[in-house]
Amino acid sequence: MLSIKNLHASIEGKEILKGLNLNVKPGEVHAIMGPNGAGKSTLGYVLSGREEYEATSGKVEFEQRDLLELEVDERARAGLFLAFQYPVEIPGVSNMEFLKESVSAARKERGQEQLTAAEFLKAARAACEQVNLPVEFLRRGVNEGFSGGEKKRNEIMQMIMLEPTLCILDESDSGLDIDALKVVADGVNSQRDGKRSFIVITHYQRLLDFIQPDFVHILADGKIAKSGGPELAKEVEASGYAWLENHEEANA
Amino acid sequence: MSEQIEQAIAREYEAGFVSDIESDTFEPGLDEDVIRRISEMKQEPDWMLEWRLQAFRSWQKMAEPDWAKLGYEPIDYQTISYYSAPKSMKDRPKSLAEVDPELIRTYEKLGIPLHEQEMLAGVAVDVVFDSVSVVTTFREKLAESGVIFCPISEAIRKYPELVKKYLGTVVPRTDNFFAALNSAVFTDGSFVYIPKGVRCPMELSTYFRINELNTGQFERTLIIAEEGSHVSYLEGCTAPMRDENQLHAAVVELVALDDSEIKYSTVQNWYPGDENGVGGIFNFVTKRGVAEKNAKISWTQVETGSAITWKYPSCILRGDNSVGEFYSVALTRSRQQADTGTKMIHLGKNTTSTIISKGISAGNSSNTYRGLVKMGPNADGARNFTECDSLLIGDTCAAHTFPYIESANPTAIVEHEATTSTVSDDQLFLCQQRGLDIEKAISMIVNGFCKDVFKELPMEFAVEAGKLLEISLEGSVG
Ligand SMILES: Nc1ncnc2c1ncn2[C@@H]1O[C@H](COP(=O)(O)OP(=O)(O)OP(=O)(O)O)[C@@H](O)[C@H]1O
Ligand SMILES: [Mg+2]
Repeated sequence: MLSIKNLHASIEGKEILKGLNLNVKPGEVHAIMGPNGAGKSTLGYVLSGREEYEATSGKVEFEQRDLLELEVDERARAGLFLAFQYPVEIPGVSNMEFLKESVSAARKERGQEQLTAAEFLKAARAACEQVNLPVEFLRRGVNEGFSGGEKKRNEIMQMIMLEPTLCILDESDSGLDIDALKVVADGVNSQRDGKRSFIVITHYQRLLDFIQPDFVHILADGKIAKSGGPELAKEVEASGYAWLENHEEANA
Repeated sequence: MSEQIEQAIAREYEAGFVSDIESDTFEPGLDEDVIRRISEMKQEPDWMLEWRLQAFRSWQKMAEPDWAKLGYEPIDYQTISYYSAPKSMKDRPKSLAEVDPELIRTYEKLGIPLHEQEMLAGVAVDVVFDSVSVVTTFREKLAESGVIFCPISEAIRKYPELVKKYLGTVVPRTDNFFAALNSAVFTDGSFVYIPKGVRCPMELSTYFRINELNTGQFERTLIIAEEGSHVSYLEGCTAPMRDENQLHAAVVELVALDDSEIKYSTVQNWYPGDENGVGGIFNFVTKRGVAEKNAKISWTQVETGSAITWKYPSCILRGDNSVGEFYSVALTRSRQQADTGTKMIHLGKNTTSTIISKGISAGNSSNTYRGLVKMGPNADGARNFTECDSLLIGDTCAAHTFPYIESANPTAIVEHEATTSTVSDDQLFLCQQRGLDIEKAISMIVNGFCKDVFKELPMEFAVEAGKLLEISLEGSVG
């Protein structure tokens, strides 16, 4: 469903991704780990089409479409969802209104009938419950005054409502207490249906105890430095990234 | 990103068509003779003509104010025509059936159906086209509860005592340059009288339309709420797209007697000019109300049109415990300039006022809030709360805030809060990442910003205002 070939991308002329390759098949969960500043968030932004992040060469195919040709909102409606590392606030726009508009855009794109007000409310309430957010949060402004953990759970709530085909979670576990971590993981697991795929960016192996990945990749210096199964995450947890340098030297 | 935003908010002015209606229009120019002719056209009594002439003589000695943060070519008052009326209006139509069908079509294009049965339930409408009021609906129904709602030109003939008693008492003839000009040449506008203890059974509303080229519009509105009465009134305004600037100088006077309440809402969508600042309405308006004991005056305005806006709807809180409110959304884009705000003059004890102002600037526009809160020496225990927020879209626009506070009473409390924010790339990206296109994203963020004001509009018009904002921001209009 997603195939990234030799992707190079830069921000303000500075190259961050330097020939990245990745293949994600329907239903798979890929975890991406790697040191700070390696380019993990950049990958999420490039895939979702953020303007300042320029793909300079390479190819990205998403569900048989040339992803890099599409606008941000077109990619989103095509089924790509990004849960932000730092969700932004939109004062005065209620979560409810925001969800209604975005769900309606997604359904229109998929040729589905629009939900009635009652159906929508029911779905939104259920989604809140699933991520353990009080339903009052539907009436509050998008992320307005939410705590760090609430913002992360709100992202997962939106993901559940939008039913995307590819979910990119950028450190959705950072800053969460252990209960919230389980809530987020449960939210993700509930959406695993054999077709929906996930790219889970994280620094911590503990999230992967709850969300079993099919593959773990180490992103370093703009490339996938190493790929493996869940055991790779344990290795990182035990010994950090110091071995990467040796690895690169060994390659040289 | 800002280029994308520019595109998203570049729009066509929807109300910009010109109606092909035969009209009687005065030659441009202004002297005492023109004023006499206006008065004659309106079949006014002598006292009214005398009142106008005195205003004109004062105006001739006055200078145009230059303190506002507005830049424009000087206005040549001799190149403007001061009266224009559709020909078919010579003998005022008695009913809608007699109204020129072209006029009715004009209003239908604007989305204002004039046929009573098609109208918004429970809204009575007065329609002012260029210099005359063409039709007022639901008059009989209103008369049942003693409410008078008619063109002011008619009120001058039919209810001279009421007009004489209140006209010019809130905004004196010599109040300011534009008010003096209006007093000399005003042509039409609405008159509202709500008897003692009556709750007006429906929303009242006036739609103003400038159609004729090189014609100024000078309307005058007078609303009188007797003791314990209640009225909600809304005005809407549009004009065709013209390359020349057109002058609009209105005066609105509100008289809120003891225990009464007047709610006055404006949705102003005069032609704003094109993206290079060519054409558009110059909007110089004086609006003021006096609130007596326990009375309440509430101004709500949504200002999206006009090349120039100079407007400060104000409250004189004369009676003890009287309340003044001002809720404003002012949106400027392209080369529009707005200098708008309010004055809250606290004279009585325990008077309270609330000011919520939301300014949105985009393109190369300039958006200024100017507000005065004055606490008089007798205003014991008076309170004001002011919140003044600016939202910038893109980086070529400007927002300014000038809050003036004058307090002559140590027990009075004045609170002021101000914020400036931008529609950030992060917010737009979040919206787009959730599948919304950029126009929808911007209008949603702006609507969120204005929420506190929109909730003050009468129900029927809150939706209209939201849509207007959306249209004002959108690239194309369906
Ligand atoms: N807007 C920007 N302008 C300039 N440099 C940027 C910008 N955004 C990111 N960078 C740089 O790109 C590099 C990769 O950043 P990125 O956010 O992708 O890292 P990351 O792997 O997500 O790190 P972390 O684990 O800390 O979240 C960093 O060196 C960062 O400073
Ligand atoms: Mg990151």
